[in-house]
Amino acid sequence: MSTPETKDAPKEIMFAQACNMAMAKAMADDPKVILLGEDIADEQGGGVFKVTAGLSEQFGTDRVRSTPISEQAIVGAAVGSALVGYKPVAEIMLMNFITVAMDQIVNHAAKLRFMSGGQTSVPLTIRTTTGAGTGLGGQHSDMLEAWLAHVPGLKVVAASNPADAYGLLYSSIMDPNPVIFIENTPTYFTKGPAPAPDHVVPLGKASVPREGTDISLITYGRGVGASHAVAEKLAGEDISCEIVDLRTIAPFDEETVLKSVAKTKAAVVVHEAVKNFGTGAEISSRIHEELFSELKGPVGRVGSGYAPVPFSPAIEKAWMFSEEDIEREIRKILG
Amino acid sequence: MSDTQMADKDVLIDIFTRADLIMQSDIKFRKMIGAGQLQIVYYPVRGQEVVSAAMMAAVNQEDYLVTIYRGLHDQLAKGIPSKDLWAEFAGKMAGTCKGKGGPMHITHPETGVMVTTGIVGSGIPIANGLALASQLEKDNKVTVCCFGDGASNIGAFHEGLNMAQVWKLPVIFLCQNNLYSEHTPMAFATSSETIKQRGDGLGMRSVRVNGNDASEMYAAAKEAVEYARAGNGPTLIEAMTFRFHGHLLGDTGHYIPEAEMEQALKDDPMPILRQQLLDMQISEADIAAIEAKNKEIIDEAAQYALDAPYPPGDEYRIDVLDVEIAA
Ligand SMILES: Cc1ncc(C[n+]2csc(CCOP(=O)(O)OP(=O)(O)O)c2C)c(N)n1
Repeated sequence: MSTPETKDAPKEIMFAQACNMAMAKAMADDPKVILLGEDIADEQGGGVFKVTAGLSEQFGTDRVRSTPISEQAIVGAAVGSALVGYKPVAEIMLMNFITVAMDQIVNHAAKLRFMSGGQTSVPLTIRTTTGAGTGLGGQHSDMLEAWLAHVPGLKVVAASNPADAYGLLYSSIMDPNPVIFIENTPTYFTKGPAPAPDHVVPLGKASVPREGTDISLITYGRGVGASHAVAEKLAGEDISCEIVDLRTIAPFDEETVLKSVAKTKAAVVVHEAVKNFGTGAEISSRIHEELFSELKGPVGRVGSGYAPVPFSPAIEKAWMFSEEDIEREIRKILG
Repeated sequence: MSDTQMADKDVLIDIFTRADLIMQSDIKFRKMIGAGQLQIVYYPVRGQEVVSAAMMAAVNQEDYLVTIYRGLHDQLAKGIPSKDLWAEFAGKMAGTCKGKGGPMHITHPETGVMVTTGIVGSGIPIANGLALASQLEKDNKVTVCCFGDGASNIGAFHEGLNMAQVWKLPVIFLCQNNLYSEHTPMAFATSSETIKQRGDGLGMRSVRVNGNDASEMYAAAKEAVEYARAGNGPTLIEAMTFRFHGHLLGDTGHYIPEAEMEQALKDDPMPILRQQLLDMQISEADIAAIEAKNKEIIDEAAQYALDAPYPPGDEYRIDVLDVEIAA
């Protein structure tokens, strides 16, 4: 894979490639950046989704380390090395396996800065991938961002396109706080405009990739593409949707969200994760707290069904959030 | 006494000085909590002083330590100044962690104490990370990771030891085997007869020693440190010891058979170590001077902790992230 420095850099890149390029840049910029994860070095295949391909060749296996299947040990090693100045990037192959390392993430990575009174910090990044629609069933497809966003001390990031993935992953690695960087497996091979090599997207700042006047669609990750499709369709009926791509889920950019909703006076929060107790609940509640009296109707929420991700394509599709769900929710609010 | 050679005079004095500081601190903590002067959760360490004193006498201040809730002995032995430690135990702003960590979460990088955790077994993977950093930096530091026998039944123990061995990390896993996990005796919940066997099973250099014997413990510690510094990898030390009190203050230890406790008290490592000093022609006056100095340090630290102010309430907004969080 080419690094952003090469002259013949492509005009379009894939999401997975963007992540690879961000890590390559971070490793080149800072010798303290190291990668840990199962099968991530080239000899073991450069990661099961090839997101780390070529990096051990370039930076050596001291810095790009394949690990045993030991999620607690991987995150623990990342926490420990981060405490003494490293910027480790731990890959947890699939987001469901984060559950196995939850102690290290919740009790240690997130809290050591606080509990030490600021004497130590844990500048680690956990990269992980997930996403339904691939027929992997209940244990390989969950979006668990709400769990993590609920823990003070963690930042949670989800990019919706390759350029953002590049800029956000670089920022995540350089951030002095622990960051969970969620990649979406089904969209790894979607293409988007290539970023400039020095393209950086700051954490905690949402983007507004589509401006509109009638309703705000607040979303992130895979919800952004779906929201664009719906917005495009409704534009034909003179319904003008604004899209807010959070990019960082925790801490979320309340200012941009409230500014957008203050303008449109209506909002739907869209995400792939199960709707119940999801991030949509928090964002919707914040909007209600600040803008209740101005709203055209209650903030809508679109998420997936309250069930584990099903295997059979027919039920998986029924379970998952859809463009129809988003459209229905918009029409409900706008009447 | 085992067949281990006696450690030399200066080493034994050093170990005794640390161990006595621990013992006196433990006694004073229990006294002050009992008298209502301090209201804190406290995990007594009486009985386990020599294990940590000998271990920490074998490492340098720059070496790293990861320990657990029952960590007072490790923290003092590693060198955290008593005043800072007492103030943190009391939840004061002047404490090591501004009162935000407390007894179960002590950090003090200046003396290498990087993590104290309340989650059984979870320090092991983190110790690996510190050791990994040392391996990459080639800074010649070792990491000591302390935990109890019960921790060897946690998944993190097995994952962590395996990874350390595969990567030959400069880390010493010091299992302070006091034979009880809360109220559960080791044999009830641990399938192997010894913890050492588990290290053996993972292909790790593993030793089992009488942790209450200063010379034997020190020799094992020193050997493990040299082994790690030479780049050979980790050692698991199973140090046999005992705790003379319940799991935490308030627990009477009713589940410990009387005969077992009686024997343990007879084998109290502190008078034995003291006698060893006398046997080596160290005078009663010299020993008493060490004890008096320690008492002075502790009395001063305790008073300091009582007098120091609490942190302001909104201190909670600081150190969650690298920027102050909104109210
Ligand atoms: C993961 C986890 N499970 C349970 C507990 C509750 N707990 C606290 S101490 C303890 C016993 C641990 O015994 P051991 O590891 O032998 O250490 P010791 O206290 O004897 O030094 C238990 C079960 C905990 N803190 N963490």
